[in-house]
Amino acid sequence: MSDFTFEKALGRLEEIVDQLEGGGLPLEESLRVFEEGVGLARRCARYLDEAEKRIELLTRDERGGPRTEPFEPPADERE
Amino acid sequence: MAERAVYTVTELTARIKGHLEERFPAFWVQGEISNLRLPASGHAYFTLKDDQAQLRCVLFRNRWRRVRFEPEDGLAVLAFGGLDVYAARGEYQLVVDLLEPKGLGALQLAFEQLKRRLLAEGLFDPARKRPLPPFPRTIGIVTSPSGAALSDVLRIVGRRFAGLRIVIAPVRVQGEEAPAEIVRGLRDLDALPEVDVVIVARGGGSIEDLSAFNDERVARAIAACRVPVISAVGHETDVTIADLVADLRAPTPSGAAELVVREKVAVGREVAGLRERLAQAIAARLAHARRQVDWLARRRVLTEPGRALRDRHRRLDELSVRLRAAIRAAHRQAAHRTALGAGALSSLHPLARISRDRAVLAQLRGRLQAAGTGHVKACRGGFVAAVGRLQSLSPLAVLGRGYSVTRLASGAVLQRAADVHPGDVVEVLLREGALDARVERVKERDERLHV
Repeated sequence: MSDFTFEKALGRLEEIVDQLEGGGLPLEESLRVFEEGVGLARRCARYLDEAEKRIELLTRDERGGPRTEPFEPPADERE
Repeated sequence: MAERAVYTVTELTARIKGHLEERFPAFWVQGEISNLRLPASGHAYFTLKDDQAQLRCVLFRNRWRRVRFEPEDGLAVLAFGGLDVYAARGEYQLVVDLLEPKGLGALQLAFEQLKRRLLAEGLFDPARKRPLPPFPRTIGIVTSPSGAALSDVLRIVGRRFAGLRIVIAPVRVQGEEAPAEIVRGLRDLDALPEVDVVIVARGGGSIEDLSAFNDERVARAIAACRVPVISAVGHETDVTIADLVADLRAPTPSGAAELVVREKVAVGREVAGLRERLAQAIAARLAHARRQVDWLARRRVLTEPGRALRDRHRRLDELSVRLRAAIRAAHRQAAHRTALGAGALSSLHPLARISRDRAVLAQLRGRLQAAGTGHVKACRGGFVAAVGRLQSLSPLAVLGRGYSVTRLASGAVLQRAADVHPGDVVEVLLREGALDARVERVKERDERLHV
């Protein structure tokens, strides 16, 4: 799950749909990729639903290493 | 007191004109273009100036067309031409024949030199440009934390795809410290493994304010980044070195955000669409499999195993019937031809001719007979008619009037009594019937008849 990326999942899902629509797969293989596709579609949808907005400011810790802290964007400061 | 020499304006202007045009027929002059006007006539009017003086200039249409760069206000140029006095307005102007840009300024020169060097190193090579990730998880932004550029980016991201992580590297974007801070911000963001793409942003500003983005250190830091970098310096007309090195140049910070972040609604639709197609595709695949099974199950081989065999038998029968028929036909044809040949041959045989002639003969005979019979019949008709006629003329006809005829046994008509003797038998023919009579006596002379 940690190596899940939306991009890869969506790409694989597209591939599966294309394969299935092409109709060239044997039945067992069709069912297998279908199940995989359903799983991917579910994860993609969940990703879209669950992704939360985080804005962080990159600062430095005591030893000078980079770290992040939450950032409250200033009120719209448009010129 | 001497008479004061007084010119009329016209006289004076004419003298000035003659003087100026004679003394300054052709020369080079340098200055900065200002107040450039391009009216519909096609001639170009501008003023050449430096910090203390101005010179009106005109570039007539045919000369203007030959200028190989785009003159604009503020541009330092060299102009070649001659002076011309416009008496009606008391003005003089330079009629420009040639216009060339003057040498570039020091800053510009430095810019051009850096650009050439980095170009030679291949830092601007299109092949180096990396594609943007279609769905970045984390976006790094190198910019001023209080600038309009940041709020523009955040606004666009929030509107399109609120659930993204954004890490801001706060830097100064102008001034002496700016290049070093931008370089450090780029490196720090690039060091975060979750960052997928970096935007280097700055709001609009004058060309001098953009110098940090023309800094070689910044250019090299951008080139060294692991992830794609978008420059969004917000200056439409001036292309900075950072723009050239970056993987993508956005016209504004908002534009950069739009390039990086797709609309969540659209992405959601895409996922839903794929889900739908997935379901339809598997349904179609299953239906196809079912049809295949059904079709195979209905094949005769399976439903009627004996049928294939029967069909073959029937076919075999048909073929043997046809074979026999063909043989018969061939045979018949051969026989027919033989018969034709034999017939032709036999018609030439002598016996055949004899028999044929005999037939002809018989036919002729028949015809002859038929013709003879007809003739007899015709003759018989004529005979009957002749008999009738004959009877009417017959001497016997007188018997009807009471006469009789006496004939000898020989049949001869008895004319004279002397021709018979008593005892002779004669025949007396009457009108009706006949008498066989015997002569009693012969009277040689019948007295009654003698007168």
